[in-house]
Amino acid sequence: MVTILFDGIAYGMLLFVLACGLTVTMGLMNFINLSHGAFALAGGYVTAALTQKAGLPFLLCLPLAFLFSAVLGMLAEKLLYRRLYQRSHLDQVLFTIGIVFMTVAAVDYLIGSQQQSIHLPDWLRGRLDLLGGSIGVYRLFIIVLCGVLALAIQWLLSHTRFGSQLRASVDDPRVARGLGIPVNQVFAVTFALGCGLAGLGGALGADLLGMDPTFPIKFMIYFLIVVTVGGTSGIMGTFFAALLLGIADVAGKYYVPQIGAFVIYALMVAVLILRPQGLFTRGGSR
Amino acid sequence: MTHSVENAMAVMTRTARWSHWETLFWLASLALLPIFPNKALLFSQIAIMGLFALSLDLILGYAGIVSLGHAAFFGIGAYAAGLMAKHGLGDPTLGLLAAATGAALIGFVTSFLLLRGSDLTRLMVTLGIALMLFEAANRFASITGGADGLQGMMVKPVLGLFSFDLYGRTAYLYSLTILFLLLILARRIVYSPFGLSLRAVKANSLRAGAIGISSATRLVAIYTISAAYSGVAGALSAQTTQLVSLDVLDFHRSADVMLVLVIGGVGWLYGGIIGAIIFSLMQDWLAGITPQYWEFWIGLVLVVLVLVGHGRLQSYARMMIDAITQKGRVTRPDQRGTS
Repeated sequence: MVTILFDGIAYGMLLFVLACGLTVTMGLMNFINLSHGAFALAGGYVTAALTQKAGLPFLLCLPLAFLFSAVLGMLAEKLLYRRLYQRSHLDQVLFTIGIVFMTVAAVDYLIGSQQQSIHLPDWLRGRLDLLGGSIGVYRLFIIVLCGVLALAIQWLLSHTRFGSQLRASVDDPRVARGLGIPVNQVFAVTFALGCGLAGLGGALGADLLGMDPTFPIKFMIYFLIVVTVGGTSGIMGTFFAALLLGIADVAGKYYVPQIGAFVIYALMVAVLILRPQGLFTRGGSR
Repeated sequence: MTHSVENAMAVMTRTARWSHWETLFWLASLALLPIFPNKALLFSQIAIMGLFALSLDLILGYAGIVSLGHAAFFGIGAYAAGLMAKHGLGDPTLGLLAAATGAALIGFVTSFLLLRGSDLTRLMVTLGIALMLFEAANRFASITGGADGLQGMMVKPVLGLFSFDLYGRTAYLYSLTILFLLLILARRIVYSPFGLSLRAVKANSLRAGAIGISSATRLVAIYTISAAYSGVAGALSAQTTQLVSLDVLDFHRSADVMLVLVIGGVGWLYGGIIGAIIFSLMQDWLAGITPQYWEFWIGLVLVVLVLVGHGRLQSYARMMIDAITQKGRVTRPDQRGTS
């Protein structure tokens, strides 16, 4: 019981880090981005390559994965995604699916279709006995790290100048621009940060979720669920949605394996029927 | 007052008129069979894909519903027809009817989930339903055959007269006939007052509501119809290839059909068919070069299409058609919202 809850929380935390960038671009900026998983894939592969080939320590690889995906995201935003903010949702869907397909095939071609494994340091392996359950040390590490990240993101959004600029830009880009907020730059930085977090999530999750070229497609639905269920109230909604999803998924697979993934889909449909705007909403222009 | 009604009716009749190039198109599609007798199987695949894309056009082009899970209905149809053929009810017409009914039923039930929320919610719900069905087909492998596919389908001759041959000639004529009939029906639907009201809902559902058009009933209706169309496409695929596997419900199929439709043009019924032709030729050509990485090229086409603007590409193509037919009487598709 404790173990399942714990695994679920770790899983949910991972989903949060993976998806929270998407909350901003999709939930708040209303840009449908299905290619978010591609940046997570980049982070995961960089980490795998650095730990395996270059032999760098795992902890050092995490910020590198973040940086790599963030830079990649920044370039992609500047060159491609920015043109699509004003386009129809159909165009955004087509374009981002196209990016996903290209990424999957290109990674498959360049690196191969086998699953990437990440070399974890010894102190992260093994299990602990805690509260009557057996808990993986690595999962504990994920929970602590992602928890700190969640707090940091929340602080960034609510207590810094950048955070208030972002909230203003999302609420009403025209007025924000009129007040002298560099809306495009704010969005670009946000996009890059979101991609970086996805990359970090990919690096952290490679061991738990499995990292192969089809990752962006396999987990697309999870990101989408987290974002839509979480609603548009900001980062906390996403956080709770991710936790809920993680726990429901792990518990569902453990207790009722015969219906497997149905649990989360049913949960999603139920939430969307009861609250089409997501669990947590706020008033305002969107 | 009566004058304006007459006016409106005249406009509707004019836009709905059967034009010469359509006759030409269907004659050409028939003529393909004697010209390329060995390619009949490929042609029947194209016809089926065209029908599937047509069904997506009904909701995307005429009602503005972006669906990422249209393969759900294709899959239901394929499994319905396949299971019937497996259990002794191999009559193709019966299979089509069962597939259409089954898909329409699921479409009807799930359409209510699409009424609330934004594009994003719809995207999610359609994707979620398709994934659930995929998962279900995977779980109940004792019924569906799981990843190995359905074994032992026995499809009887069409109408008890024309049995399926190895070269796919019957398959092609059969698929083409169904496609033709359903296209005629779709024409009737989209050029009817109901079809016009759908466009009104798509263009601005708030205003449509203000003039007394209930968007909910219309969306439910067209979504159900579209689901039935997909079901028929799935059934055709099952009957002509005698093969149903989990692949019919795969996410790729939903994405591919969207690409097919967008290549051919959204919102003018023939887009799906033309897209299917281009898509198949492209697939044939590209898969010959790099069979494994065919996905990459699909992705590239999608990206380029969006960056260049698919509306723009298609308006050039249409200008060419207009120039060829010379009269400006070609049924001009509605371009709003597609680019």
